Amino acid sequence: MDDHTQPAAVRARGIVKSFGTGDTQVTVLRGIDLDIYLGEMLLLVGESGGGKTTLLSAIAGILDIDAGDIDVLGVPLSRLPPGKRTVFRGQTMGFIYQQFNLLPALTAAENVAIPLLIQKIGRHEAIQRARAMLDRVGLEDRTEFLPKNLSGGQQQRVAIARALVNEPRLLICDEPTAALDGPNGQKVMALLREVGRSPDRCVVVVTHDSRVFQYGDRMARLTDGRIVGIESIVREGTA
Amino acid sequence: MNYVALKMLFGDRAKYLMLLCGLTFSVMLIVQQGSIFWGLMMWSQASISNVNVPIWVTDPGIAQVDEVKPIASTAVDRVRSVDGVEWAVPLYKGLLRARLASGDYHQITLTGLESSTLIGRPAEVLEGRFEDILQPDAVVLDQWAVERMGGPGIVTVGTIFELNDKLARVVAIAKTQKSFTNIPVVYTTYERALRYVPRERRALSYVLAKAKDGLVVDDVIQRIREQTGLGAFTEEDFGVKTIMWVLKNTGIGINFGTTILLGFIVGMAIAGQTFYLFTVENLRQFGALKAMGASGLTLARMILLQAFTVGLTGYGLGIGLATVFGFLTARGGSLPFVETWQLLLLVLIALLTICAVSALISIVKLARLEPAIVFR
Repeated sequence: MDDHTQPAAVRARGIVKSFGTGDTQVTVLRGIDLDIYLGEMLLLVGESGGGKTTLLSAIAGILDIDAGDIDVLGVPLSRLPPGKRTVFRGQTMGFIYQQFNLLPALTAAENVAIPLLIQKIGRHEAIQRARAMLDRVGLEDRTEFLPKNLSGGQQQRVAIARALVNEPRLLICDEPTAALDGPNGQKVMALLREVGRSPDRCVVVVTHDSRVFQYGDRMARLTDGRIVGIESIVREGTA
Repeated sequence: MNYVALKMLFGDRAKYLMLLCGLTFSVMLIVQQGSIFWGLMMWSQASISNVNVPIWVTDPGIAQVDEVKPIASTAVDRVRSVDGVEWAVPLYKGLLRARLASGDYHQITLTGLESSTLIGRPAEVLEGRFEDILQPDAVVLDQWAVERMGGPGIVTVGTIFELNDKLARVVAIAKTQKSFTNIPVVYTTYERALRYVPRERRALSYVLAKAKDGLVVDDVIQRIREQTGLGAFTEEDFGVKTIMWVLKNTGIGINFGTTILLGFIVGMAIAGQTFYLFTVENLRQFGALKAMGASGLTLARMILLQAFTVGLTGYGLGIGLATVFGFLTARGGSLPFVETWQLLLLVLIALLTICAVSALISIVKLARLEPAIVFR
């Protein structure tokens, strides 16, 4: 996948990000250059504190960077004012979190419908589309369940359905398998892989879990705020 | 997103109930205490409202209606001669002791009405005919006099008692508003009232008057003041003057004001703290919404909707409970409880302030929230 025919969905150049000031200042990203292409799943891996999540937040436009440029789908995201960035994020990105972040008082279908409601789509239509999305992730019989009545794997699948219901072109995933057991983690990654294969979408996954590396197309390794290597992942039978 | 906001609010049942209880209690306390306070103020000017005339002419130095400062009997004619006065009649008001047949004494307020017009009489008569007050030795009691003097079994139409060793015969029972001092009222004619009381150089308590139709009452009052040298007030102004005297010379205002303020502070503290906790505990969820594209304005609207929903629910419940309290305890006018729309409006404003401040604290917290919190 090094020789990409697809355009870059994310183009990051010279990204620098520090936290704190004076003696306590810590530079977390030290000049990151990275391209992520449509139709691929990129894994961001590396040791804890290496800057993976910070880079993910910067790509998602939910964290201001100190220097550099990030273009997402041709839009200079890092230079957009916060309000426009929020709107852009809502229209083009989906998020999957380690802790799921489902609203406990809402049913699975209502949780999935949230991105549509944010886009001011009517509640009835949003719920219908949310149910259809839950059907796609195999939770058609759990649409009216509250998160507390779902297993961890089911909750993450609800989160995936929520991330996909808006048909985002960029899917941002932070440790999506961290709270799941092995088999559930594999299922979730397979689902994300399927999304990543779509030619007009791409998936970025921060993960520690080496058991799921096989699902990615490329893997960028971060150490001490720098990308120390990007490699294509060779799967069994595809080498 | 309104739907999501409300589901979030109702979903955290414990906090929702705590918020609701705090606001309900706060509203109930403010409405209950405010209504009792206003009821007491109404009682304090009962002597004015029971007479129900447009203009009161008094001694110029009068402080309040129950502190009678007699004026010269010529004042009636002097007021009548003022341009713009349609009519003017005398009113006697004074304290006296009634001696029942049983030998019991009761302090009463003797009210003497001008006999040809009976202006100042109560509007409602419960028993007998008020006009029979013109019969010899006739008096009319109010319902509180019956209650204070032993009840309907002892005092009724036909009962005879003594006022200053002179005979008084009850011919009717009238309905009046209870007064602040709760002293029973005995009505008779002005001339007979002067016969009941010990002789004084000045016996006239007030002159009651009315301006001619089409004239500005305040102008006529000003002319009465200028031409007679007496005090003159509209019914409303005299009532306000009396209320202000009570507030200034008793601890009622401070006592009730403190309780009402406490209700406000308790409501503010409970609502503010609980609502803030509610927001803080949902920070990750709000962060997730922000990451998914919810603007700061959307989140602020959600918070305001939550705050005002629970606030208005608490407002309704608090008013309901206070009204039930008033209905149960103040039935028949035996306790002061006057729930006015002005009080309810003030409480609504106070409650909306509590909700707005509580919501504002949370909104500020959310405005500073980095959506990146969801990745931590």
